[in-house]
Amino acid sequence: MNTQTPMIDVRQIRKAYGVHEVLKGIDLSVNKGKIVSIIGPSGSGKSTLLRSINMLEDVSSGEIWLDGKQVNRPLKGRQFENHINHIRQEMGMVFQQFNLFPHLTVLQNIMIGPIRLRKLNRAEALDRAQTLLSKVGLSDKGNAYPARLSGGQKQRVAIARALAMQPKVMLFDEATSALDPELVEEVNQVMKQLAAEHMTMLIVTHEMRFAAEVSDQVIFMDGGVVIEQGAPKDVLSNPVEERTRAFLRKHLSH
Amino acid sequence: MDIELIRQILPFLAQASVLTIGLTVCSLAIGLVVAVTITIASFSRMRAARWAAAAYVSIMRGTPLLVQLFLVYFGGPQMGLELTPFLAGVVTMGFNIGAYMSEGMKGAVLAVDRGQNEASRSLGFGRFDTMRLFILPQAAPLMIRSLGVNTVILCKSTALVSTIGVVELTYSAQRFVTSTFKPFEVFACAGAAYLIIVAAISLIVHALERAVDHGRKAAL
Ligand SMILES: Nc1ncnc2c1ncn2[C@@H]1O[C@H](COP(=O)(O)OP(=O)(O)O)[C@@H](O)[C@H]1O
Ligand SMILES: [Mg+2]
Repeated sequence: MNTQTPMIDVRQIRKAYGVHEVLKGIDLSVNKGKIVSIIGPSGSGKSTLLRSINMLEDVSSGEIWLDGKQVNRPLKGRQFENHINHIRQEMGMVFQQFNLFPHLTVLQNIMIGPIRLRKLNRAEALDRAQTLLSKVGLSDKGNAYPARLSGGQKQRVAIARALAMQPKVMLFDEATSALDPELVEEVNQVMKQLAAEHMTMLIVTHEMRFAAEVSDQVIFMDGGVVIEQGAPKDVLSNPVEERTRAFLRKHLSH
Repeated sequence: MDIELIRQILPFLAQASVLTIGLTVCSLAIGLVVAVTITIASFSRMRAARWAAAAYVSIMRGTPLLVQLFLVYFGGPQMGLELTPFLAGVVTMGFNIGAYMSEGMKGAVLAVDRGQNEASRSLGFGRFDTMRLFILPQAAPLMIRSLGVNTVILCKSTALVSTIGVVELTYSAQRFVTSTFKPFEVFACAGAAYLIIVAAISLIVHALERAVDHGRKAAL
């Protein structure tokens, strides 16, 4: 057994909207350099889980740990704000809808975090941003505004923006769901490249083939609980649980 | 139509317009401070602050400005608050229009996509930085448009302070009517004067909109 501290460690988290319990005691951990994919039907709580990990949603109970530090520390007011703002700098998040800042250029989108939060000077931040832009294949778009980009380009900028903070983990919430089919691959390529560089990633996806290709582990969620988890070849090709099978049948027939 | 009369009263109406503009500008200044305060309170994490902001807006919008004006000017002294007509006017109108302006500001902030807040917070920006760097620059054009609308309404409301003896445009016109018995010419001139002031306000608002649109694209 390995004894290393997991990069992400989620213990028995629960989350309810009013009386509707959306997460019903989730356990999950991601070791350093590993890639874990979460699959499951729409409404099963995947986004809520991901958003809870960096506390965009607060949880009713349970613990969330990032690299040995508790994320949901029981602090109040200003103290909690300071704590969570620091913790979030260590977690990159990529959204389905990109959420680029439309009033800033591509370069400004990427540089603003490093400059204001990581206290880099302009030259350092620009250097980092340009390196990342070339990594996601958009060196020539630095001075464009997001409105001028295609969906795939926007998402690649969003990934670069998150990476510019040099986070310990990356969280992806259906990064390719809002894209036209022909633009999915360019984003997947960037994610695969990150995987090859051993970035720790937690990926919510609806693309089974992609999950099979990049993941060290796949988690199937339904109704706010983890139904099944394991190596991709087990969960995706040879699932034990009937609900997993039913989901995959439906999903692969589409 | 008495053209000669119009020629005679125009300079006096122009002078009275200065007071109307003064009332508008002073009320606007108070209104902006009130509006920003109410807007901040309505986004506060403290329930009591949000409640107070909502109550304030309901009261201000739910009662006639004229009643508020009389309450302050005539009722004030009874409570130990004695104000000159001008001051009573700008204070009342400022606090009144502030409520409307805060609704516009709030609406502009809420119109910014929720995802912007989440993107900013997920990078590690705090609430204040998020507002300042991402939300407000995007809300600004809408905010200015609604501030412009409210400023026009405010300018026309200043006519109400004629009722407590401030000799602004409307009161000044009324005086000419008593001395000339030519209400049509006089009030038509007064109306034209308001129209010119309102046109000027619109021009300023448009210029501001353009400036903000450029500015928000230039800033990092
Ligand atoms: N802000 C919210 N308020 C109330 N219910 C919500 C909210 N966000 C999500 N839900 C509900 O929580 C459940 C899980 O949603 P979500 O985490 O988005 O699922 P998934 O990402 O797996 O599709 C759904 O039933 C959804 O309707
Ligand atoms: Mg989702």
